[in-house]
Amino acid sequence: MIRARVMISGDPISLAHGAEALKLAMEAELAYYGLENEVQVGFIGQVGRRDVLPFALVYPEGTLYGPLRLSDVPFLVQEHLYKGRVAEALLAPPDVLSGKIARLPRREGVLYGQQRVVLRRAGLIDPKNIEEYIAHDGYFALGKAVTEMTPAEVLQTVKDSGLQGRGGAGFPAGVKWGFVAAQPGDEKYIVCNADESEPGTFKDRLILEGDPHAVLEGMALAGYACGASQGWIYIRGEYTLAKERIELAIQQAEELGVLGNNLFESDFSFHIHVHAGAGAYVCGEETALLESLEGKRGIPRIRPPYPPVQGYHQKPTAVNNVETLANVPAIIQNGAAWYRGIGTEKSPGTKVYTMLGDVNVTGLIEVPMGITLREVIEVYGGGMKGELAFKCAQTGGAAGSIIAPALLDVPMDFATMQANGASLGSGALLVCGEDKCIVDLAYVLMRFFATESCGKCVPCRLGTRRMVEILDRLRHGHGTLEDLDALEIMAPQVIATSFCGLGQGAPVSIITALRHFRAEFEAHVAGTCPAGVCPMHSPVAEQPVSHAYLAFA
Amino acid sequence: MNTTLMDTVFERYGSDAEALVEILRDLNQAEGYLSQELMIAVADRLRLPRGHVFSVASFYSMMNVKPRGQHVVLMCQDAPCHIAGGREVWDALEETLGIAFGETSPDGKWTLEVASCLGLCAVGPVVQIDGEVYGNMTPDKVRALLVRFDGDAGGAA
Repeated sequence: MIRARVMISGDPISLAHGAEALKLAMEAELAYYGLENEVQVGFIGQVGRRDVLPFALVYPEGTLYGPLRLSDVPFLVQEHLYKGRVAEALLAPPDVLSGKIARLPRREGVLYGQQRVVLRRAGLIDPKNIEEYIAHDGYFALGKAVTEMTPAEVLQTVKDSGLQGRGGAGFPAGVKWGFVAAQPGDEKYIVCNADESEPGTFKDRLILEGDPHAVLEGMALAGYACGASQGWIYIRGEYTLAKERIELAIQQAEELGVLGNNLFESDFSFHIHVHAGAGAYVCGEETALLESLEGKRGIPRIRPPYPPVQGYHQKPTAVNNVETLANVPAIIQNGAAWYRGIGTEKSPGTKVYTMLGDVNVTGLIEVPMGITLREVIEVYGGGMKGELAFKCAQTGGAAGSIIAPALLDVPMDFATMQANGASLGSGALLVCGEDKCIVDLAYVLMRFFATESCGKCVPCRLGTRRMVEILDRLRHGHGTLEDLDALEIMAPQVIATSFCGLGQGAPVSIITALRHFRAEFEAHVAGTCPAGVCPMHSPVAEQPVSHAYLAFA
Repeated sequence: MNTTLMDTVFERYGSDAEALVEILRDLNQAEGYLSQELMIAVADRLRLPRGHVFSVASFYSMMNVKPRGQHVVLMCQDAPCHIAGGREVWDALEETLGIAFGETSPDGKWTLEVASCLGLCAVGPVVQIDGEVYGNMTPDKVRALLVRFDGDAGGAA
């Protein structure tokens, strides 16, 4: 009988610091005391504490030990698991937020006030064990859908729930599925977009690492609703751990028969394949992703036709973000009305945010839609780092907008943010204190796009390059007022004429930065960087242009 | 050219032109870079135009068409890492290794490259060396880290 469970942090950072060895040592030590059948050791994704890696979380008490060294293991096992008392010396230091949580309360939020739908199992179950997923209501929604509901009913439930795409655009998922379902023919595809490359965003990675089966179940439900029997997960090439977990999950699901042919003894079959990318930000754009999936350069296609009409192999394809799909099982299980009860009227549900920058606590939170940025910083972020004053925040990754203090109290959901000239995007919240320079920030953001532009269309390829050059001049104190005017003219032009979302998103940060912080740009023209960050009055470095030309013999 | 490696990779994905991206990525990982010879062999086996194979190989950041150093150091240059002190780490890397970003040291020991976001922003600045990721870097930590890989990091300087 299992009476205790030891969860060792299995995220990439911990693994790089010997988490695997910790697990082996833990198992050996347990065997020494003859406890191997009473204590189960496993890996988990994360619990929201990044400062104590690698850690061990011991259930049922929820005691958190960390950071752990290999030499700590014998004492930990002897004290806690053999003698049954807390090994005080190894306890993780108190959480900055509550002042005490070295013991995590059962799960009702690692941070209070969180409401978890997508991440409700992450950190609680062993992602490498399908039985634990099933024990936490996993695959119940799929079973219910396939045996008790028609595809049209599943589709209607998702439509009624108002679930919006969580990749950044916020397009209603049910509507997209409706397009696919309405297309004639049997050959349709569900593609899960796990090419998460937006700087500052890593929610999808943690979902895939912490609860991979939820994504698989969401895809199968999408397949049932749309009439598709094949699914692809396009995962970032850099996410090796997430890929391993998802491949193992698929294998386990097929062995148990919750994926594969004739699910739950019905006519519905669903197969999922994994395709790993090879490093290209633009492949997060859905048509570029499909090109890459077909083994080509990841360059966006002309639209229309949109993927729901002609996608993978020119067949109807629903491309959905990881977080969107992970929401679906809960919606089917609990109903649309339940989901509408969370979040705001126009944007129901929860949103997973990544908190970064000058806050005391960085990491991942899942909160209802409509929370304000001030709440995020004060409640979850533990306030600004070093008592700095808030200067600005960048929401939604590099393609998102820069938010001035005036927007701190605006409820964050897709519609409200848009009405205020900002965007919610992928959910990255990069908070900057007063010691950060807006020109420097804008330069770094634009440099990212100039690097990642695929080169297909001129406005994006050259427009981002020109804007980087201007920003580089400004940060070196060589900019002019005409440069600022040029930025203001060029930015909307690049948005209006670019081929895909990459070029259309690139200038958003510069437009919003100029709108809120024009005085600071002008100060750079006058020759001073108020924050003292920029390398003023030094020569502008030559921008090396690298092209890997090669002649074939 | 390593034919066993080719066989293993092709067995993994089949001789499917759609798997080109994955095949090239795996070959790159095993060989360090994609030589002309290797790309031509892939093109022939998949019956694809050589130009197509090269266009794919030169597009993705995880593939290289030029040889790289023995140790490959990648550093994220995006806003979250930058804000968290990435610029100082960046300078320390260039200074310690004696090469600029995008370069390989003359002795072929180190290659320094820029990476786009690695998705580990909560522990930025992030540096990746030979596929292993190291977070919360500072100039001092990164110098100590480089020594681990090579007793006299900076020999190139």
